[in-house]
Amino acid sequence: MNLIEHLKEDVRFEESLKACMNCGVCTAICPAAEFYDYDPRRICDLVQRGDEEEIEQVLRSDTIWYCGQCMSCKTRCPRGNVPGELISVLRKVSQELGLFRHSEKGRQQVLLMNSVHRNIMEIGYCVYPDRVDPDYHPEQGPIWRWYHEHIADIAPKLGANYHGAGPGALRDISEEDLQEVRKIFEVTGGTEFSEKVKKNS
Amino acid sequence: MKRFWNGYQKAIADDHYFYERSCIRQTFFPGSEAAFLKILREELGKDICDNPHQHTCTGIGYHSDVVPFETTMTVVARLFSLMTECGYRNYVPSCVTSFGVFTEMLAKWEEEPELKEKARQYLWDACRREFEVPDNIAHPSDIIFKFRFDLKPKMKYQLVNRFTGKPLRVVEHIGCHYAKIFTHAGIGNAEFPYVLAGMIEAWGGEVIDYPERRHCCGFGFRQYLVQENRGYSIANTQKKFESMESYEPDFILTNCPGCNMFLDKWQYTIAEMEHKTYDKEGYGIPVLTYEELTGLLLGYDPWSLGLQIHQVQCERLMDKIGIPYNPAEKYCDFTGRRLPSPEKPEFLKV
Repeated sequence: MNLIEHLKEDVRFEESLKACMNCGVCTAICPAAEFYDYDPRRICDLVQRGDEEEIEQVLRSDTIWYCGQCMSCKTRCPRGNVPGELISVLRKVSQELGLFRHSEKGRQQVLLMNSVHRNIMEIGYCVYPDRVDPDYHPEQGPIWRWYHEHIADIAPKLGANYHGAGPGALRDISEEDLQEVRKIFEVTGGTEFSEKVKKNS
Repeated sequence: MKRFWNGYQKAIADDHYFYERSCIRQTFFPGSEAAFLKILREELGKDICDNPHQHTCTGIGYHSDVVPFETTMTVVARLFSLMTECGYRNYVPSCVTSFGVFTEMLAKWEEEPELKEKARQYLWDACRREFEVPDNIAHPSDIIFKFRFDLKPKMKYQLVNRFTGKPLRVVEHIGCHYAKIFTHAGIGNAEFPYVLAGMIEAWGGEVIDYPERRHCCGFGFRQYLVQENRGYSIANTQKKFESMESYEPDFILTNCPGCNMFLDKWQYTIAEMEHKTYDKEGYGIPVLTYEELTGLLLGYDPWSLGLQIHQVQCERLMDKIGIPYNPAEKYCDFTGRRLPSPEKPEFLKV
């Protein structure tokens, strides 16, 4: 398994890591680096060194799952690298090769497959109020519980078309449109990718 | 000098927009999307298409790494094909994550034209559809910014404290994916983002500059979406609150629906967990979307804008501005029937 070759197959790889000079500005501005034991500078350095063993280790680790994808690193890198995008490439390869299952944080991907990915496939939205369960989201507070409970009565007042046909916020997406979205996932490898992750979880 | 500042400008189409709805905005702030369309059509007389065949851009899934790049790219292509089919050339995505995704795809296609051809092929194979790239992509906040001085004479209220006569002091928070990924995409670039500050200043308020002004709201995609990781999200939001607290903001204004939700809901969580609020009276700092703010100043009904579904309540802010509201209608449904009131938080005052 040549991991560098795998990484290069992703169209984003080349642009995400042109030449890192290890200045550490990305780490200085990174919200994940403040919260976790995480250092995007080290990730760039490690991938740049091209040591297969080290790359495999990082693909098996929790480290690549700490980034929050805010992309503040892109704005600041003096060399035009995008550590956040490099992380996406590493995560993709880690999932494709099944290496993510060696990491606790990596194994969380199945939860995202069973929520966000499933939502897209079933209803055509990443997020929808019916699927933001107040019991799973205590941080949303009592107001969310109230809205969640009475949404059918409140939504029209807010100009929304809750579960309606035609245009508008919160409308149901037609089966014909959903079929096209699902077909896109099939043709572009999105479906196969999710099945692979679920199988390896 | 003039040329230097050109990099901080942004071309925004005048009219004929294709609107793309946001998963997050319509989930948490559906009234904002309705207000935006109303402002454009009724206040500004613009043409904006709300196409029923649209769907998610997959942005949340893309940045949570459950949707591959090629899939997101082709979903974007389908959305562009809907725009093309309706005869529009100006794309307006409601969500800041979507805005970032579209900007990313356009940049990638420009750098690697073969990728655009790949997207065309994928879309044809999957849907037998074709698309044109938009002439202009603008976030709805860009459009409100562009027409801020046209809207001002129509406004019934100004961002002035009617008790003191002083400008209201406002924290503005711009979603990271608005200009941090592709800096040219934002008004004022990533260095001097002016999209919300321009509205605040035009409408009589004062912008607060505080140390963590540009720090992420803390969403972090998988860092919030997976319950076990939410410490990341709340810790980063808390960092912003700690930094803005001493400036005593009257309210927070956002252009990203996710940021708006987190800045609102994490105040409740911090209050309940630590008995701490970031205003002096214990009510929290109200957080408004730019559509809600524009609608309020134009005199729209606050309960039709959806202010009642914010956890931090907005009445005290409306009192300061002098906006009238009927408390009896706050928890009524669309027929005017009174619904049971929501439970009160234990610590955060409402």
